[in-house]
Amino acid sequence: MSDRFTKSMARNIYLGGGVFAFLLFLGLTVDTMERLPERDHRENITPAVALGKKVWEDNNCIGCHTLLGEGAYFAPELGNVYTRLGNDKEAIKIMIQSRPVEGVPGRRSMPQFNLSDEELEGIAEFLKWTSEINTNNWPPNIQG
Amino acid sequence: MLKYQSQAVAKPYFIAAIGLFVAQILFGLVMGLQYVMGDFLFPEIPFNVARMVHTNLLIVWLLFGFMGASYFLVPEESERELYSPKLALLLFWVFLVAGALTIVGYLAVPYATLAEITGNDLLPTMGREFLEQPTITKIGIVIVVLGFIFNIGMTVLSGRKTVVSIVLLTGLVGLAVFFLFSFYNPVNLVLDKYFWWWVVHLWVEGVWELILGAILAFVLIKVTGVDREIIEKWLYVIIAMTLVTGVIGTGHHYFYIGTPEYWLWLGSIFSALEPIPFFMMTLFAFNMVNRRRKDHPNQAAVLWALGTAVTAFIGAGVWGFLHTLAPVNYYTHGTQITAAHGHLAFYGAYVMIVLTIISYAMPLLRNQGPAATAKAQKMEKLAFWLMTLSMAAITLLLTGAGVMQVMTQRMGDAPLTFMAAQDNIAIFYWLREVAGVVFLVGLITYVASFFTSDKVKTAA
Ligand code: HEM
Ligand code: HEM
Ligand SMILES: [Fe+2]
Repeated sequence: MSDRFTKSMARNIYLGGGVFAFLLFLGLTVDTMERLPERDHRENITPAVALGKKVWEDNNCIGCHTLLGEGAYFAPELGNVYTRLGNDKEAIKIMIQSRPVEGVPGRRSMPQFNLSDEELEGIAEFLKWTSEINTNNWPPNIQG
Repeated sequence: MLKYQSQAVAKPYFIAAIGLFVAQILFGLVMGLQYVMGDFLFPEIPFNVARMVHTNLLIVWLLFGFMGASYFLVPEESERELYSPKLALLLFWVFLVAGALTIVGYLAVPYATLAEITGNDLLPTMGREFLEQPTITKIGIVIVVLGFIFNIGMTVLSGRKTVVSIVLLTGLVGLAVFFLFSFYNPVNLVLDKYFWWWVVHLWVEGVWELILGAILAFVLIKVTGVDREIIEKWLYVIIAMTLVTGVIGTGHHYFYIGTPEYWLWLGSIFSALEPIPFFMMTLFAFNMVNRRRKDHPNQAAVLWALGTAVTAFIGAGVWGFLHTLAPVNYYTHGTQITAAHGHLAFYGAYVMIVLTIISYAMPLLRNQGPAATAKAQKMEKLAFWLMTLSMAAITLLLTGAGVMQVMTQRMGDAPLTFMAAQDNIAIFYWLREVAGVVFLVGLITYVASFFTSDKVKTAA
C-alpha cells in the first residue's frame, strides 16, 4: 500500500466506518421492530403457541429440521408444514405421535418424544402460527 | 525459547483444542453415515444429538484456540508477562470440565431431560441451533470469557500497546458482548431469529474476523520480518472493510424469516461486498510473504498462514457470494448449499487460523527452537494438504447435492418431497463420507506430526 496512505488514515477509516455501520444497523433494527407486528401477527401468540415453542426447543427439533430455512438439513422444512399437511392440526399431531421407538430399518427416522396431549396441541398451534408469518413468499413451493 | 515464561499457558489450550477437534470430526462422520444409513446408531445417538455435539465441539475448540492464541501472542506484543498465568490455568480447567460435562449431558440423557434437570424453564435459552448448551453452561462460558478478557486486557493495557493486540482485544470483547444475545429468547419466533443472528452472524462475519486478522498479522510479522507499520496498516484496512460490509450484511439472513422487504436489498448489496476483506487478506498474506526479509525455518506455519487466507476467501467469500443475493437465496436457503458454504468457511477462516498459530507457537512451547524438525514439518504439511483438499471435496460434493436438491425440490412444476429429493442424491452423501474419512486420516497425520522421533533440528 502506498506511503501517502498512512496508518492513522487507515485507523480512522476503521473507527469511522465501524461506528457508522453499527449505528446504521441499530437504526434499521429500530425500524424493523416497529414494522414486525403486522408481519408476525404476534396478537395470535396464545399460551398454546408459547408452550409449542417451548416443546420445540426442549426437544431440539431444530437439530434435524429447518424452520423458515434455518436449522439442520436432515429432515423437512416445518415453517409451512401446517399448509403442506392440508391446514390440519390433527395431521401434525398424528405425525409426531406415530413414530416407532426403534426407528425404521435403513431409513432416517424421527424419535418418539412421548409428548402429552397438551404438548401436542401446543406444537401444532406453534407450527400453525409460524405458517402465517409473512416471509416474503418463502418457501418457493409447498415442499419447503 | 519463549520470550516470556507465561506464554507457556497457551500449551494446554492448544492441546485441548486439538483433542476436541478430533472428537468433532468423529461425530461429523457419524452424521455423514446417518445421512445415508438413516438407522445408524438410532435411537441411541439420534442425528440431532450428533449434530449439536459436532457443532458445539467446533465452537468450543475454536474458543480454546483463540484463548491459547491470545495467551501466546499478547505477552510478546505487550512486552511483559501475562497479568495472571494462574488465572489462565484455572479458567482452562473450568472451561474444559464444563465443556466435557455438557457433551456428556448431550449424550447421556434425552435433550428434554437435560433441559429439565438444568432448569431451562427458569431462563429458557436452549434448543436453538448452535446455542443448544444448557443455560448454566452458557453462564459458565460468560464467566470464563470475562475472566479471560480481564487477564488479557490487564496485560495489554499495562504493556506496549500494538495494533495487533488492540484489534485482538476488541474482537474478544465483541465476542463476549454478542454472546450475551444468546440469553435473549423471546416467545415470538421472528424476534428470536432476528437476535439469534446477532450471535451467529456478528460473530463469524464481524468480530471473529478481527481476531482472525490480528492472529494472521502477528504470525506474518514473525515469519516474514516485514515492517510492523506496513502490516498494521493492512490490518486496519481489512477490518474496516469487514465492519463496513459485514454489519449491515447481517441482512442476508433477514430475507425470509418475517422481517421487512427492504432487507432483500440491504442484505444483498452489503453482503455481496463481504468477500472484499477476505480477498484483501489473501493479497495481504502473499504480499507480505513475497516481501519477506528472512526465510523463517518454520515453513509449515507459513503454509498454514497462506492457506488460511486463500481458503477463507474461497469458503467465506466465493461460496458465501454464491448464495447471498436474495433471488438466489430464495431457492438455496436452508439447503445443502448452506452446509457446503458453512463447512469451507469455518474450516478456511477459523480452523485454519487456529492451526496456523498452533503451528507457529508449538515448537517454541515445546522447546524445540523456532521450528519443528524437517520430518515433523513434512508430516504437518502432508496433513495440511489432506485436510484442506478433502474439505474442498466435501464442499464440492455438498454443492452438487445442493444444486440437485434445489432443482428437484424447489423448482419445476412437480417438485419432489424433501425425502424423495434426498434419496435421489444419496451418491453425493456417500462420496462426502469418503472424503470425510480422508479428512480424518489428515487429522490423524496432523496429530502424529507432533510425535515424530527424529531429533535433528532444521537449519535455522
Ligand atoms: C469428516 C468431516 C465432516 C463431516 C462428515 C461433517 C458432517 C456434517 C454434517 C452431516 C452436518 C449436518 C448437516 C445438516 O444439518 O444436515 C454438519 C454440520 C456442520 N459442520 Fe460438519 N462435518 C465434517 C467436518 C467439519 C469440519 C472440519 C467443520 C469445521 C470447519 C465442520 C463444521 C460444521 C458446521 C459449522 C456445521 C453446521 C452447518 C450449517 O448449519 O450450515 N464440519 N457436518
Ligand atoms: C468466515 C466467515 C463465514 C463463516 C464461518 C460462515 C458460516 C456460515 C454458516 C455456518 C452458515 C449456516 C448458518 C445456519 O446454520 O443457518 C452460513 C450461512 C450463510 N452465509 Fe456464511 N459464513 C461466513 C461468511 C460469509 C460471507 C462472507 C457471506 C457472503 C458473501 C456469507 C453468506 C451466507 C449466507 C447467504 C448464508 C445463509 C444461507 C441460507 O440462507 O441458508 N457467509 N454461513
Ligand atoms: Fe452471515
